[in-house]
Amino acid sequence: MLVTVKLFAFFREGRFIKEDRELPEGTTAGQVVDDLQIDREEVGVMMLNSRHCQFDRILQDGDAYAIFPVIGGG
Amino acid sequence: MADKIFRVNMTDLSTSIEEVPENWAGHGGRGLTSNIVAAEVPPTCHALGPKNKLIFAPGLLSGTPASNSGRISAGAKSPLTGTIKESNSGGTSAQRLAKMGCKALIIEGQPQDDSWYSLSLTPEGVTITKEEELIGKGNFAVIEAVEKRFTDKIGVLSIGQAGEMQMSGANISVKDPDSHIRSLGRGGLGAVMGSKKIKFIALDAQDGKVEIADTEAFKAANKVFTKALVDHPVSQGLGQYGTAVLVNIINEAGGLPTKNFTTGQFEGHEQISGETMHDLIVERGGKPKHGCHAGCVIQCSQVFNDAKGKYKTSGIEYESIWGMGADCTIDDLDKIAEMDSIMDDIGIDTIETAVAFGVAMEAGVLNFGDADEMTRILKEEIATGTPLGRIIGNGAGNVGRTYGVTRVPVVKNQAIPAYDPRSIKGIGITYATSTQGADHTMGYTIATEILGVGGTADPLSKEGMVELSRNLQIATAAIDSTGMCVFIAFAALDDATCLPALIDLLNARFGISLTADDVSNLGMSILKTERAFNEAAGFTNLDDRLPEFFSEEPVAPHNVVWDFTGEEIDSFWNF
Ligand code: SF4
Repeated sequence: MLVTVKLFAFFREGRFIKEDRELPEGTTAGQVVDDLQIDREEVGVMMLNSRHCQFDRILQDGDAYAIFPVIGGG
Repeated sequence: MADKIFRVNMTDLSTSIEEVPENWAGHGGRGLTSNIVAAEVPPTCHALGPKNKLIFAPGLLSGTPASNSGRISAGAKSPLTGTIKESNSGGTSAQRLAKMGCKALIIEGQPQDDSWYSLSLTPEGVTITKEEELIGKGNFAVIEAVEKRFTDKIGVLSIGQAGEMQMSGANISVKDPDSHIRSLGRGGLGAVMGSKKIKFIALDAQDGKVEIADTEAFKAANKVFTKALVDHPVSQGLGQYGTAVLVNIINEAGGLPTKNFTTGQFEGHEQISGETMHDLIVERGGKPKHGCHAGCVIQCSQVFNDAKGKYKTSGIEYESIWGMGADCTIDDLDKIAEMDSIMDDIGIDTIETAVAFGVAMEAGVLNFGDADEMTRILKEEIATGTPLGRIIGNGAGNVGRTYGVTRVPVVKNQAIPAYDPRSIKGIGITYATSTQGADHTMGYTIATEILGVGGTADPLSKEGMVELSRNLQIATAAIDSTGMCVFIAFAALDDATCLPALIDLLNARFGISLTADDVSNLGMSILKTERAFNEAAGFTNLDDRLPEFFSEEPVAPHNVVWDFTGEEIDSFWNF
């Protein structure tokens, strides 16, 4: 299945901003983080199709999955 | 040196130094400005008339070595909202005032002729001087001239042309450590300063120092406090990307108000994001990290250079970038930085003015995305006070009324900032119930709803949002009294050592023994004092509502509307 993965802030360094990735069925949000060699501890927010999600969420074909480090502002 | 109240009467041009009344002694920053306004300003007075007063107060910890403690509060009745108002900012003024032993500066009355004045403060008191040379000038020229007249070290509070013309979007500029500008932005306090005919206030603390009751305990507490701030990952992100790091995440969440609040995502988000800004700053030899006052360990501010590597602007905030960017659909950071700098110079609130432009674009006064025309209007119309300049300079609500637009994002006539309350519902409760009109900083629910700091809450669900906003508004009112920058809240929400250390700092500074309960009681009492002022000025619970269009027009991508009942909103005040 094809999932669009988007990275933000320093997660982009040495990786990418946005990439369509071919993933095996049943891949979880957490597995994508692990594959990208991002430390789960550093992940602040994940959104699947603009809704917050957790590591155990199973991705579906056509999903847009965004991964942010812990950030803030205001 | 015991702290004193400095009072200036602009009607008879007299000044005095007074003892601090006992019931104000425990207050600083917002708690103090709001208590003084509540005690001395008739709630029904005209905000630009002689009965309104403009108060400046450093925070309780300002002037001490405590990290991030250099925020100054300004308070008055707001000409924009008609409510009580407190606005706070970094810069060097809070530290100067605290070090000269000035717990609050109260400016009252109004000159009876057309003369302009400046004030100069030292530990000995206030001098009022007639001012001619700098009238009509922008803030950058004022700061430069005041430094020449005094010294480079002088603290400066000033107004630009917008404040002179008493536009209700006018702000008060605060000089930062590099002679650049931070702003007491919201609610038109620059117009109140203009109504008192004061162009600038020079602050010279001489060799004044803030006394600390228990220096050892203070040092120990500051160490713990600073570590909590520095270690928190949000602080690290703020240093690297500034607050503009929010552009992409708020866009992703579908809460980035775009094209005058007609949709929740902006196609050009990447071009105006914190990530892009960071790369541009580094490429052009600017500084991604910069503190708005000495002693800030987070440093969310930055120095932004133009394409030729020349200084353009500093301290450009997410909300400003959002307003000129997504809300006016401009996807060019250089043009946004240029306008940010012009607005600093004219002395006008970036949020109010950008939202006012968004409404003007909807009205067809100019096209969406037309940065050149926006820049022209700023320079040629607002700065000179043409009719169009005044229409926009008096804020988003004014533009809506003038051109018959119904999609006008304001609460109590103050522009709603960078988070759509339909798709990020908790922040809507803050906009609705804030004692000062729409203002995200009053209770920053975004931390929990979007950023996962201090717990989590589904931004599309109403559940728990009233309570979340209430708790944050109470805590914020207290933090705004300490002189601390609101960004300490991220560490305070997550790190159990942070708030106790802050309380230890207060206790060591004053030789007192506050508890966490005292601090939250302080926050509650400030909110209640502010609300009582508003009620006496004629506001009711029906003013705690969002504009109708939020309940009628679903916002993409989630296609949701604002759906809190009046009763649910009103339950905010059950404390
Ligand atoms: S974090 Fe930002 S706003 Fe807060 S004190 Fe530092 S530079 Fe100023």
